[in-house]
Amino acid sequence: MSFQLICFYAFAAVTVGAALAVVTLKSPVHAALSLVLTFFSTACLWLLADAEFLAIALVLVYVGAVMVLFLFVVMMLDLDLDPLREGFVRALPFGLLVAVVMLAEMLALIGVRSMDLQAPVDPAAAAGMSNTVWLASALFSEFLLPFEVAALILTVGIIAAIPLTLRHRTGIKAQNPSRQVRVEARDRIRVVKMQAEKPAAANQETSAP
Amino acid sequence: MPLSKTLLLTIVLAPLFGAVVAGLFRRQVGRAGAAAITIAGVALSCALSFYVLYQLVWGGAPVFNQNLYTWFEVGRISANVGFMVDRLTAMMMVVVTFVSLMVHIYTIGYMAEDDGFQRFFSYIALFTFSMLMLVMSNNFLQLFFGWEAVGLVSYLLIGFWFKRPSAIFANMKAFLVNRVGDFGFLLGIAGVLYWFGSLDYAQVFQATLGGPILTKTVEIFAGHPWSVATIVCICLFIGAMGKSAQVPLHVWLPDSMEGPTPISALIHAATMVTAGIFMVARMSPLFELSETALSFVLVIGATTALFTGLIGIVQNDIKRVVAYSTLSQLGYMTVALGVSAYAGGVYHLMTHAFFKALLFLGAGSVIVAMHHEQDMRYMGGLRKYMPITWITMWLGSLALAGAPGFAGFFSKDAIIEAVGESHRWGAGYAYFCVMAGVFVTALYSFRLLYMTFHGKERFVVDAHHGHGHDDHGDHGHHEPGHLAHAPHESPWVITLPLVLLAIPSVLIGWFTIGPMLFDGWFRAAIRVAEHNDVLKELGHEFHGAGAMVLHGFTQAPFWIAFAGFAVATYIWLLNPGIADKAKNALRPLYNVLANKYWVDELYQAVFARGGVALGRGLWKGGDAGVIDGLVVNGSAAVVARVSATVRWLQSGYLYHYAFAMILGLIALLGGVYWIAHAAP
Amino acid sequence: MIPLSHYLTLGAILFCIAVAGIFINRKNVIVLLMAIELMLLAVNTNFVAFSRYLGDPSGQVFVFFILTVAAAEAAIGLAILVVLFRNRATINVTEIDSLKG
Repeated sequence: MSFQLICFYAFAAVTVGAALAVVTLKSPVHAALSLVLTFFSTACLWLLADAEFLAIALVLVYVGAVMVLFLFVVMMLDLDLDPLREGFVRALPFGLLVAVVMLAEMLALIGVRSMDLQAPVDPAAAAGMSNTVWLASALFSEFLLPFEVAALILTVGIIAAIPLTLRHRTGIKAQNPSRQVRVEARDRIRVVKMQAEKPAAANQETSAP
Repeated sequence: MPLSKTLLLTIVLAPLFGAVVAGLFRRQVGRAGAAAITIAGVALSCALSFYVLYQLVWGGAPVFNQNLYTWFEVGRISANVGFMVDRLTAMMMVVVTFVSLMVHIYTIGYMAEDDGFQRFFSYIALFTFSMLMLVMSNNFLQLFFGWEAVGLVSYLLIGFWFKRPSAIFANMKAFLVNRVGDFGFLLGIAGVLYWFGSLDYAQVFQATLGGPILTKTVEIFAGHPWSVATIVCICLFIGAMGKSAQVPLHVWLPDSMEGPTPISALIHAATMVTAGIFMVARMSPLFELSETALSFVLVIGATTALFTGLIGIVQNDIKRVVAYSTLSQLGYMTVALGVSAYAGGVYHLMTHAFFKALLFLGAGSVIVAMHHEQDMRYMGGLRKYMPITWITMWLGSLALAGAPGFAGFFSKDAIIEAVGESHRWGAGYAYFCVMAGVFVTALYSFRLLYMTFHGKERFVVDAHHGHGHDDHGDHGHHEPGHLAHAPHESPWVITLPLVLLAIPSVLIGWFTIGPMLFDGWFRAAIRVAEHNDVLKELGHEFHGAGAMVLHGFTQAPFWIAFAGFAVATYIWLLNPGIADKAKNALRPLYNVLANKYWVDELYQAVFARGGVALGRGLWKGGDAGVIDGLVVNGSAAVVARVSATVRWLQSGYLYHYAFAMILGLIALLGGVYWIAHAAP
Repeated sequence: MIPLSHYLTLGAILFCIAVAGIFINRKNVIVLLMAIELMLLAVNTNFVAFSRYLGDPSGQVFVFFILTVAAAEAAIGLAILVVLFRNRATINVTEIDSLKG
């Protein structure tokens, strides 16, 4: 048993344990933190598979951004957790049954074809380049258009998240900078034309003794 | 001089023009204008018809047979509008236009106070047009057109007073019963087209002279081959049964008396109902091919002749008596056709048209005088109030009863003799029926005269009755037998047609019997097979009209008619109380006759109720059940049920959908695993 | 060297854990979202492993795209969650049934 294999088993055990924690822990915060651990150990497993760029990207993107977002949202919402746990125990056997059946099927499938498939030499190393270069050469040549589309999807996601959460509140006092900038003099003052009025009544009053 | 197209078209179109003007522009032309224009049209038509007859008989004009217009062509079948004018047609044209003209004039008086004056004129002029189209046709399709058109006008006129429920019922009844006959007629025409390949008279009649059609048979019921000619003829005759009111399709004619009296005279006595007789005579080359069909015609006619006459004895409505008499006389004509004496039938048609129109118009005159009271029980003694009507009615009745010398005598005697000569199956039965019919005819004819014109006055002239003269708009008195003032003779527009019709009723037989019946006057229009020609047999014994009259006094029919006259005189004139006694003594028989053998009730129960039940069944079961319930609502219900199930699946809960996905995934994995293992 | 089947087995286990998580946490949308992230992770692991063992960069490129889309999805999903909570004051899935016909 090589050192790599030992490392694999260790990280795999952590991954599975953390994943179990994600789905079983009561508090969403704890679950999110467990998910972070899962991602992290998975990143290590990917490193073992010579996918260095993706491993780092996973940590940066998921652990650094997505999971922070999760935690942020979970903490922002004032959750009443008890009703959310209802039916947990009741659903547990059924969920386990489904999961076990599926796992059995998958393992059977895996066992059919590739139980002893050994990895060849790392293709990136064979080509004399790092994993990142190897990946980028494919990404920016063959997959350039999907790459652009992925960028677009991210942009759309960012823009979509804003109007979704944007809220117009009525009845509050707030400044509108754009209107403040656009304002002109005639918006502020209105000149009304009218006949001049003589104070006739005042004259009579004064003429009267 | 040959007949010209223009001449014939004028005859046909003049009444149509009058009808259109009077019908569509009734406000513009007014009452007098409508009467004038239709009468002018029919008078022109009548005069030209006489001219046509003159040209054909004395002017040496050949038979006119020409297509004027092609309506449509489908394959080798072409539908044409054309005329075939031979002596038979010319005679019918004269009868139709002459009676129609008389009725037009009469209508001025009879309908003088009716709101539908112009409408009425429009209808009867339209009828004249339709009837002319019918008789002048040279093909089956145009015949059918005229046939249906006269049926339509008849329907419109029976229901002329459309505010009366009884009139609406009667015209519906007439229409429906005629549909039954017309269906047979249409089948007959279809048969002609199918087996002869043509609708043209000339071509069809040519084919009957020989060829494969004579021996062709078809199996309607398996194992019983029928001659094609028999089927066609019986189908055509079923049409004639409807139109000419033969048993068992006779029920509409008595009810049609709901229409105004001029209509009863024109349509339901003189012309339209004889269309069936005319049609069979016109089709004589076809009917001669089938002994079976002629026997059928004979039996139906004989039954009609006797049994409908019997009903006439117990009727109290003056018009209904005449109506049943019409039925009976139509039966006589049909009997004549049945023994191949087509000329006899048509001859009786002609004489009957005159005296029956006369009787109807006379009855109408009485009705006008009695302020639209039609029940003879409230009449009596009218002869001193209305002498012209009285005399003309006597003349008409004598003609009807067959008094020697009058028109009816010649025609009816000829028919009876012809039946006696015939050896066709059913001729014995028919001979009995027509003989007995003579007695019955005399009985109801003189009963009508005695009850109406003789004896005590059974009405009360009640000047303080409160009704004005113009109160008959409601056409019925609340108290029968009470008149606002004494009856009086009708105006000249009513009596003139009576007189003009009385003249031919008396005289026409004298100088027409010889040529029309025995000298082959109709030429090729009527074709009789050699061995069937009973009239030819009779012709050997015919020595002029005068001799026939003298001979008639010694014959059985005269004495039978005289017996009827004597019985009628005794019962209804000399000893009026005996009628009621006889009625009580023969109560069951009276009930049978008064209820008209329950034929109406039977039809009501079987066909009307059956039709309603069938319709209800189809409505409830077929439409509401199958169409609405199963197809329309059923499909909606299926959709609703399916969607209710699907909606249950669409719970709206995310985890249900996720569960479904995962189940699908499990199934997919299982499938892949199975394939992987099954793969080699 | 680590055989391919090890990675695949790990991916299968992760996926099944995520499925079980969906079942037993079916009322909590946040945990549902996390379970979906777990599923994606399992799939990504498979992709990485296949890419490595087949010597084909396409698998890793695909993981790259999945990460991108998953990030966008998480952002949108959480935004929706926030709006949902603001309007309904709950994230209980059983109460979010307005779509039910």
